[in-house]
Amino acid sequence: MKHYLDFEKPIAELQRKLDELRAHSESVSLGLNLETEVALMEKKLDETRRSIYSNLSPWQRVQLARHPKRPYTLDYLGSVFTDFQELHGDRLFADDRAMVGGFARLDGRNVMVIGTQKGRDTKENILRNFGSAHPEGYRKALRLMRLADRFQLPIITLIDTAGAYPGVGAEERHIAEAIAVNLREMAVMRVPMVAMVIGEGGSGGALGIGVTDRVLILENAYYSVISPEGCAAILWKDRAAAPKAAGALKITARDLLELKLVDEVVPEPLGGAHTDLEATSQAVRQALSRHLAEVEALPEEDRLSRRYEKYRRMGHFVEDPVTPHADAVSPDV
Amino acid sequence: MSDSRFKKNLVPPAEAPSGTKLPGSDTSALRKPKLSDAPRRRSIPEGLWTKCPQCGAMLYDKDLAGNLEICPTCQHHFPIKARARIASLTDPDSFEELDAGMASVDILQFTGVATYVDRLAKYQKSTGLKDAVVTGVGRLDGRPLALAVMEFSFLGGSMGSVVGEKITRCIETATKKRLGLVIVSSSGGARMYEGMFSLMQMAKTSAALAYHGRAGLPFISVLTNPTTAGVMASYASLGDLIIAEPAAMIGFAGPRVIKDTTQATLPPGFQTAEFLQEHGLIDAIVPRNHLRERLAFHLDLLGAATVPPTARAPGPEPSQPAPNRTEAG
Repeated sequence: MKHYLDFEKPIAELQRKLDELRAHSESVSLGLNLETEVALMEKKLDETRRSIYSNLSPWQRVQLARHPKRPYTLDYLGSVFTDFQELHGDRLFADDRAMVGGFARLDGRNVMVIGTQKGRDTKENILRNFGSAHPEGYRKALRLMRLADRFQLPIITLIDTAGAYPGVGAEERHIAEAIAVNLREMAVMRVPMVAMVIGEGGSGGALGIGVTDRVLILENAYYSVISPEGCAAILWKDRAAAPKAAGALKITARDLLELKLVDEVVPEPLGGAHTDLEATSQAVRQALSRHLAEVEALPEEDRLSRRYEKYRRMGHFVEDPVTPHADAVSPDV
Repeated sequence: MSDSRFKKNLVPPAEAPSGTKLPGSDTSALRKPKLSDAPRRRSIPEGLWTKCPQCGAMLYDKDLAGNLEICPTCQHHFPIKARARIASLTDPDSFEELDAGMASVDILQFTGVATYVDRLAKYQKSTGLKDAVVTGVGRLDGRPLALAVMEFSFLGGSMGSVVGEKITRCIETATKKRLGLVIVSSSGGARMYEGMFSLMQMAKTSAALAYHGRAGLPFISVLTNPTTAGVMASYASLGDLIIAEPAAMIGFAGPRVIKDTTQATLPPGFQTAEFLQEHGLIDAIVPRNHLRERLAFHLDLLGAATVPPTARAPGPEPSQPAPNRTEAG
């Protein structure tokens, strides 16, 4: 059974009619030729799909990023990478299944891949904690990154999380520190690092594995400082204002590219990554490979200073060192 | 914690005779003081007196300010302004502010219920600051140090581009001049109005701290009420030493979010400084009136005492370190 989002209803409706028409022409042999009707319907379906998917609102993209059929980290580990060997645990407390990682090969080169992992059904979601990692997940990620750094393996991270887990245990084991340490240590890893937001880029939980030489993002993924619902609840006092918040926060791939907060938007097939895993995987592999080759080509010192500068430059402000009082500004400045 | 607060409220020092109620003997009385409080509170002249929310003592504002905003009766720590905090931690006239004129811009043209521009204007007026942090270099009993103090009353101490940039420059200045660094945090987290630019300040400040640490310089993070979310998940958690003020609320996610997400009962004292210390997450809890001496002690111990003891008077040139550490000046 195909899963349709609300805004995909017109497509679902047309698809249903088309299916009916086809079934009808097969089962009933009245000598009527329905081929023209089928062709017309197909054309209309195609046009509708095109018009809906090429004009997606930020909120619609958020829904696509959260689509239950969307490819997750382990899907790409099977389709983009080869020879994945999972490594478990943070050597301190637990193996956080919301964060996976291990050795893999990308276009023939050995890499370390780390990513947040959602579950496909209820049972797996309980195991994966809906893709929201605990401190152990971030500490496992750091352990694997340090391992990679020590043995000169490039690091690739795949980001798909609504955020780090807000729970009592997470606080007791200091999730804030786990994320903070990752941010600091990722800034000074000597090996090349590339991150890709493949679904949800949920705030600090995403950034906790996202401080890298290059940050790529899939076309319908989003990356935000706070969930649209959370922002709506605080600034509009109403979670139902989430679509508005999604627009105001500028969280879509295109917006982030325009704001120079990501390096490249990786295109998805029409209708979203889940409609064609093979095509999506090919685009993901090519983008990862290309960016990795580019940062690998840089001398280590250069790569580190560029990484520092990349984040150093992010931010917008005005400076007015001579006039502490706004009223005193002369009219010609 | 809440128990003792209620009990103390039952017996306001100003009026009720003590010892008339057995502690915890009844719950019906819990509501009583609220009713009788209302008319009394109305009679308090604005801006002169403050009632301690913990012990109920009536405190003269000037006395409170003179005591670093600590209740003399029960040691409750009221919020303290960034400027007053800086004065309490630096030698007179030694603090040189950095980037005082830096101000936020509405890069996303954010319009929620209120526009970002309006919010900024409102808080700039009410706080007299351009944004939610004051940074600079100064001296603590003669020791040069880099100091950043966040101002919670400016948009909840939220971190946008200006807070991130000023903190980063302060760290970089400390690295360049080989200074120990103290950051006093109080923040609700990242500033939503600047979207992803706010989130990226976490990476920016943490990266700057990586290089400050690599230079062998000490960073002491002071957590005050409240320090949460994006600030807690970046520089505030990265101190070589992490010191908290008593009863400060400290955490990553807000208690309401945790409750709503997990349906769990939160343990008593959850996300307080005391809770964090018990769980091994911070080095020490230090009352505000002892912070200065404690910082001095730690900075000495960690090697940032760049001025020999004999020279420990407010020097004429605050940025001139002692001879044994002069390579960067």
